[in-house]
Amino acid sequence: MKIIVSVKRVIDYNVKVRVKTDNSDVDLTNVKMSLNPFCEIAVEEAIRLKEVGVASEIVVVSIGPNAVQEQLRTAMALGADRAIHIETEMQPEPLNVAKLLTKIVESEEPGLVILGKQSIDSDNNQVGQMLAALTGWPQGTFASEVKIEDGKALVTREVDGGLRSLSLTLPAVVTTDLRLNEPRYAKLPDIMKAKRKPMEVKTPADLSVHLKKHISQLKVETPPQRQVGIKVDSVDALIDKLKNEAKIILRKLG
Amino acid sequence: MSILLIAEHDNNKLNPVTLSAVTAARQIGGEITILVAGSSCQSVANDAVKVMGLSKVLLADSAVYEKGLAESLSALIVELAADYSHIMAAASSTIKDTMPRVAALLDVGQLTEIVGVESDDTFKRPIYAGNAIATVHSHDVVKVITVRASAFDKVEAEGGNASIDVVNVVFDMGRSRFVSEALLKSDRPELAVANTVISGGRGMGSAESFNLLEKVADKLGAAVGASRAAVDAGFVSNDLQVGQTGKIVAPELYIAVGISGAIQHLAGMKESKVIVAINKDEEAPIFQVADYGLVGDLFEILPELEAKL
Repeated sequence: MKIIVSVKRVIDYNVKVRVKTDNSDVDLTNVKMSLNPFCEIAVEEAIRLKEVGVASEIVVVSIGPNAVQEQLRTAMALGADRAIHIETEMQPEPLNVAKLLTKIVESEEPGLVILGKQSIDSDNNQVGQMLAALTGWPQGTFASEVKIEDGKALVTREVDGGLRSLSLTLPAVVTTDLRLNEPRYAKLPDIMKAKRKPMEVKTPADLSVHLKKHISQLKVETPPQRQVGIKVDSVDALIDKLKNEAKIILRKLG
Repeated sequence: MSILLIAEHDNNKLNPVTLSAVTAARQIGGEITILVAGSSCQSVANDAVKVMGLSKVLLADSAVYEKGLAESLSALIVELAADYSHIMAAASSTIKDTMPRVAALLDVGQLTEIVGVESDDTFKRPIYAGNAIATVHSHDVVKVITVRASAFDKVEAEGGNASIDVVNVVFDMGRSRFVSEALLKSDRPELAVANTVISGGRGMGSAESFNLLEKVADKLGAAVGASRAAVDAGFVSNDLQVGQTGKIVAPELYIAVGISGAIQHLAGMKESKVIVAINKDEEAPIFQVADYGLVGDLFEILPELEAKL
């Protein structure tokens, strides 16, 4: 079975985000960029499925400017077999990403598509669900466990209040949550080897997808900061402040 | 304008996050219709008719909708969509699973987890784990929106007088089938809607010491939460996690115990009205956002707090 993993290049999760002074966007100049953490988990899950013999080939896809090839090489160093770079000047919005991926899915015919549940920049949490809707494939979102057997994916999902399991008839779309696995690090010889793995470049026009504008970002602001509070020196002082200053009712109601 | 709002419920009761989504809908304006899709969920529809500000309740009652599977629920919403300018709901796990499908099937974008309404087509939403707030404008004829419930006050759950219409369309789940679920049962309030939350972090040291926290929670009628570090250390299960990748909460009172205050955690609780931090490290970043900080040993402070409340 072939697995497609789509990945996104985002600001490194350790970088402190700063808003541009003209409030047009977040400042990304000279900022460390990395593979989106949820996408890293998606790549790892595909590699594990290949290691146990469920997957035969892993194709990794990314959309954006030339720089995204760096993340595609990272994914290949980790274990993906080949890459497809869909070249666009900007990162397109989720529906357009889902349309581009639908075209790739139609031509590659994978048994499973694995994606991160959301990217840590735009925090949209949409692409996997949109891809499932457009392809008509069943979806298992926010997965914390994936088992493939008898042409089905048994997906355990993280939902409000606990866990829920679904059985999906393949082909299917899975999106990853944090606890699905712990991604490995790439080894130096594998990083070297990844440079020689095949990378195909396509454009949205090649795929006959028109990138329509659905949502415009008008302004980006720093959220209001909280005032630094005070330190109290005892439990009694804390209870007194909460009751008399913050006017909080400290008891169980009803 | 006419708004279709999707109710959040457990087939028994209307979940209060719905009341926050109604507030967001009322800020947009126009008639609000609420869809209750579930199985044997008449009692939810009966709750919904009383919610202030709704004109109509659509009740889709079928075994197919029992578990709110995205494939069938999104097909139902798309079937009803033609009559509405806005389709929205509180961003629960069911809705996060379902709503992007609705948007894709209608060929429109989705506005994820709005925290403010500027006009009927312009909204505020957090990006970069809440480290920036974007103002976004939708060009689509139909706006598909999920609402961060903690950012909006709840409307009154009583006093409304909507009518109920029964919807008899049923869409099956396609190639997706429900197998099982493991939901945690608790007498404490749900994290997302609790007025008071007390959370523990890595400083709790063990699963057993969360008992100290639970005793204080029971005195206060509070929900218990945890930081990602406490979840990853195996002290508590993942559904208690407060933070960017867990639950976003904004209670009247949030008590952080043994939590250092990683950006990840702050993103999930910094909108709380009053924040108390208890930590032995006086340099911990959590004190930067706390209204009241108490530096000390939580194993001494928690029992004392429990005794004095």
